[in-house]
Amino acid sequence: MDQITPTLDTPPAYDVDRVRADFPILTRTVHARKGKPGKPLVYLDTGASAQKPRAVIDAMKTFMEEDYANIHRGVHVLSQRATDAFENVRTKVARFLNAPSREGIVFTRNATESINLVAASYGQRLGPGDEIVLSVMEHHANIVPWQLLQMQRGVDIKVVPVDADGVLDLDAYRRLLGPKVKLVALTHCSNVLGTVTPVKEIARLAHEHGIPVLFDGSQAVVHGPVDVADIDADFYVFTAHKLYGPTGLGVLWGKPEILKTMPPYQGGGDMIQSVSFKGTTFKEPPMRFEPGTPPIVEAIGLGAAIDYVEGLGRAAIAAHEHDLLTYATQKLAAIEGLRIIGTAPGKAGILSFVIDGIHPHDIGTVVDQYGVALRVGQHCAEPLMEHFGVGSTARASFGLYNTRAEVDVLAESVQAVKEFFGS
Amino acid sequence: MMDELRELYQEVILDHGKNPRNLRHPPDANREARGENPMCGDKFTVYVKLNGDGVIEDCAFEGRGCAISTASASMMTEVVKGKTEQEAHALFETFHDLCTKDEHEHCDHGPVDEEAMEKLMVLSGVRQFPVRVKCATLAWHAMQAAIDGQDKASSE
Ligand SMILES: Cc1ncc(COP(=O)(O)O)c(C=O)c1O
Repeated sequence: MDQITPTLDTPPAYDVDRVRADFPILTRTVHARKGKPGKPLVYLDTGASAQKPRAVIDAMKTFMEEDYANIHRGVHVLSQRATDAFENVRTKVARFLNAPSREGIVFTRNATESINLVAASYGQRLGPGDEIVLSVMEHHANIVPWQLLQMQRGVDIKVVPVDADGVLDLDAYRRLLGPKVKLVALTHCSNVLGTVTPVKEIARLAHEHGIPVLFDGSQAVVHGPVDVADIDADFYVFTAHKLYGPTGLGVLWGKPEILKTMPPYQGGGDMIQSVSFKGTTFKEPPMRFEPGTPPIVEAIGLGAAIDYVEGLGRAAIAAHEHDLLTYATQKLAAIEGLRIIGTAPGKAGILSFVIDGIHPHDIGTVVDQYGVALRVGQHCAEPLMEHFGVGSTARASFGLYNTRAEVDVLAESVQAVKEFFGS
Repeated sequence: MMDELRELYQEVILDHGKNPRNLRHPPDANREARGENPMCGDKFTVYVKLNGDGVIEDCAFEGRGCAISTASASMMTEVVKGKTEQEAHALFETFHDLCTKDEHEHCDHGPVDEEAMEKLMVLSGVRQFPVRVKCATLAWHAMQAAIDGQDKASSE
């Protein structure tokens, strides 16, 4: 992800009104009650899941109406058309990540499954005394699969801390690396702090020790361009629903030479070369890791989402979100008693905060009445909450469709929270 | 809009939320249990002093939570004091119905302290905010777990 820093006075030329018109859900209101009109939806929870543009909705609908069939197993025309469409998305995802080969793109259910796949399959070569390096700001999806491996195979987990701004402690990371470390699994962008980690440097340092690296790109792919070749990532995962695509589909990029050495994660149809009760042989990656009928329609949706995002321009989206983040940071920081959690330089469009004396849960309920959708709670990152000494936070996360006017509504509603609770 | 919020956050709740009663660890408590809401990270420990006759002589709590969960915990410690185990249980079940069910679906959980239920009525606003029901019942689950001799309750 490039860091883009436009100034506040010159918001980038980006026609957000036209963009908003692409998202049917953004026209709805919430909390309409007898005799009272609802409030326009101010959706600031894209970090949890993004809303869908009409292009994605239509692509999935059209595919089901015109070209749908199961893939990889039919000689009939629809099966071939569906197979082509599905496999084209694999190519598209490879290009989207600048992956050197489409054979390294594995479709899964979500980012969580992508990480579980690596933990379960790559993890089979690990044992007692081996170490896996994570950071304190990981999502539970990048903690718990490794803890399962810890329970099953006795590996140790080492944790890289972050500083008060939420910047990864690279020195501590460097010190943790050594012959015992068999895998580094770190986030590319924190879903709570917005911190973007120096993935290229992280990978380079690990590779000096011959250690492969997995990056959780669930948030990073949404907020800016990602180039797995340049990063030299061994594994890179993301989830379609945060990238304006459908639920039910995740992506794992793995270097083919590594994937080839990994045993299957689950067994079934479509992943085998031949099956016999004397012994079964498996296909090469990526098919080896895609047993059963995959999320075909969802893949079509992801393809459309990628086209949509690339059509707007990933750098333009990043600049727009950066403008919103800068504006929102200014607005919220001006509110007395409000503390922003996560102030790393170059962070992505994610803004976590707490207010003295008011619990995030209460903040969420009150702003919801103003139509503002925030995420409140631990954000699947309990260790990070402890690190910052908070039980939970409120989080606004910005998407390509948000506006400065919505940030104004956010700030007003947060002000109302303070008045309501008299603090 | 503010009407619904006022319905949820009644003055009494705001007061108990800000100045919770019995926020302490009684040294002579002989039962305790933790209650956790994994969604929001709220954690409470409820302490109970149960005497030989099964009467709750003291009830207190520690921990942090939102206005609803803190107020509910605070009010709970007040109303269960002096109750027998069975009375506290009936109060819990009746309160649970109040937070989760329409009036015609409320069940009979045995005799309850009507005056206590009057007080707890202020929390019934959570019924309009389903995700907040767990907040209102968290400390109660922990109290029930403590009496039952378990060390942990979840607000499921
Ligand atoms: C950083 C990060 N990693 C992983 C995930 C898990 O994504 P999913 O639930 O789609 O597997 C999320 C989303 O919640 C996330 O923000």
